[in-house]
Amino acid sequence: MDDIVIKAENLCLTFETNDGPVHALKDVDLTIDKGEFVSFIGPSGCGKTTFLRVLADLETPTGGTVCVNGMTPREARRKRAYGFVFQAAGLYPWRTISGNIKLPLEIMGIPRAEQKQLVEEVLDLVHLSGFENKFPWQLSGGMQQRASIARALAFHADILLMDEPFGALDEIVRDHLNEQLLELWAKTNKTIGFVTHSIPEAVYLSTKIVVMSPRPGRVTEVIESTLPKERPLDIRESPEFLDLAHRVREGLRAGHEDDA
Amino acid sequence: MDVSQLLFGVIVSTVLLISSLIIAAFAVLWLSGTGYLGVKVLAAAVLGVLIFSGVNAFLVKSWTWWKESKIRPLPDKKLFSFVAILYVVTVIFALWYAFAIVLNKNWAYDKATRGGYELSFSELVADTWSQKKPRLPTPDQVAGEIWKSTGTAAAKKWERTEGDPFLERISEVLGDKRNLIRHAWLTLSATMLGFVFGTGLGILLAVGIVHNRAMDNSVMPWVITSQTIPILALAPMIIVVLNAVGLSGLIPKAVISAYLSFFPVVVGMVKGLRSPDSMQLDQMRTWFASKAQIFWKLRLPASVPYLFTSLKIGVAASLVGAIVGELTISQDGGLGARMLQGNYYGATLIIWAALIVAAALAAVLVSSVGLAERVTKKRMGFVQ
Repeated sequence: MDDIVIKAENLCLTFETNDGPVHALKDVDLTIDKGEFVSFIGPSGCGKTTFLRVLADLETPTGGTVCVNGMTPREARRKRAYGFVFQAAGLYPWRTISGNIKLPLEIMGIPRAEQKQLVEEVLDLVHLSGFENKFPWQLSGGMQQRASIARALAFHADILLMDEPFGALDEIVRDHLNEQLLELWAKTNKTIGFVTHSIPEAVYLSTKIVVMSPRPGRVTEVIESTLPKERPLDIRESPEFLDLAHRVREGLRAGHEDDA
Repeated sequence: MDVSQLLFGVIVSTVLLISSLIIAAFAVLWLSGTGYLGVKVLAAAVLGVLIFSGVNAFLVKSWTWWKESKIRPLPDKKLFSFVAILYVVTVIFALWYAFAIVLNKNWAYDKATRGGYELSFSELVADTWSQKKPRLPTPDQVAGEIWKSTGTAAAKKWERTEGDPFLERISEVLGDKRNLIRHAWLTLSATMLGFVFGTGLGILLAVGIVHNRAMDNSVMPWVITSQTIPILALAPMIIVVLNAVGLSGLIPKAVISAYLSFFPVVVGMVKGLRSPDSMQLDQMRTWFASKAQIFWKLRLPASVPYLFTSLKIGVAASLVGAIVGELTISQDGGLGARMLQGNYYGATLIIWAALIVAAALAAVLVSSVGLAERVTKKRMGFVQ
């Protein structure tokens, strides 16, 4: 298919530590198509975050190949092909919300007039219009994380990589943000890589769920979602949803049995 | 009420009682030069208890009022701290006068023995508080000396230059070598110049240390070593060396004060520039930011709170450096030169006057930095 956005083949990453080598990733094969919403799920140490960091060129693989938008991760980073959302919002306290969103745009040398327009556009997308001139401490945790998503979206990258973006938020806010994220994904048609360790979150959001297991970090199962694209929150009580969640749980358990 | 609160209350009350008694004792002594000792002590005790209970009641009352009042706690809190500060200052002054008696009494007794007369207690007190070269001058003597060497000196100079053109007279008064204001100005200008040098050098070194591994390993040990050498030993050498290359006057003093003030700036700025965490740096990487962009947009703004903390220490160190410099190049004047001069003639009043002016200068400098900090932080959005 032409619209493969991310392709990893035999991807390995070994950290050399004092206690010997740690296989963070071993022989990972994965393709992600354009417009997919892919969740990476697994216990800690399974390499899900590492895989995302490899895609973002924050880690260098020790073996295998990986392609992002048909380029090496470094090329992709240089071309600003992706936006990355970290676990913490990481907004600069000395910049207003619009100042924070402008930050990557300033770094990329986008003209001022265009910056202003992009900020307005993206604030509207995450429902934060009217908060341009507020400082981060004046916003709630959920709003801060939305601002950080806006910042990752501002420069119109095709890919959005999210590393447990809602991990630090409470469940009510989390549900709300999940719903908004789906809405945003439908509007922008971006390819999203999403790391989580919540099964309902993964099932609710994804078109494809990648189940991973630790020591060595590897992909144990790739589950294609059968849920429709329109997903109201109460879809989580449907038998289809529960069935998918069950399959993910089984996959995770299988990974653990290997471990024992 | 727990034990620590009770203990605190007991300690505060004891301190209050003792200091009230001292104040009352001095008040009585001041008022009545003669009279029976027993009456004086009794009067002092009564007055002391009255002052103590009055102040104590007021403090306790306003404390509880402040704690319970939810509607407008602020003005009350301010009043409370004002009274508390006033009280502490009064206690310090009382102790100061008491120590002046203790430290100066030998000289008073010496004079009495040589003159062949007896000293009553009130005469002793009067003498110890008004000696020409006391071991410990009293606050009013120091204040008098400061006024004499500023206001009175200026007025005298003004009279003596009668007939000269107006502007010339003003510059004569301002340039008067006897005037403490001129000395303070000299010290202040050396301090400011040194502070600017030191801060600039400190920031540059910190930037180098953060961005260059070799500099991190090689410069930092020398920076620390530089501060272990006593500045008093180093100052004359710095002055001799700078004189040899033709630099004299303000510059050598500023160099010494820069030498003292760059250190806290280096330490604070290195910590500040390194304060962004790995996530923030990773984030910059994902945007393919250059080192310069990371510096200007992340490291530098993040270091601002650290910088101001360092600047407060640095400006005080700068003043010390300028004074140490003036002890060595005393011919140019300055507060350090005045202290040295007082030392030569055993004129404790001159030393104390210079000391107090230096302390006031330090207070003004540090609080100016504090004000700049508040304004900057507010503008940067750090203040919540």
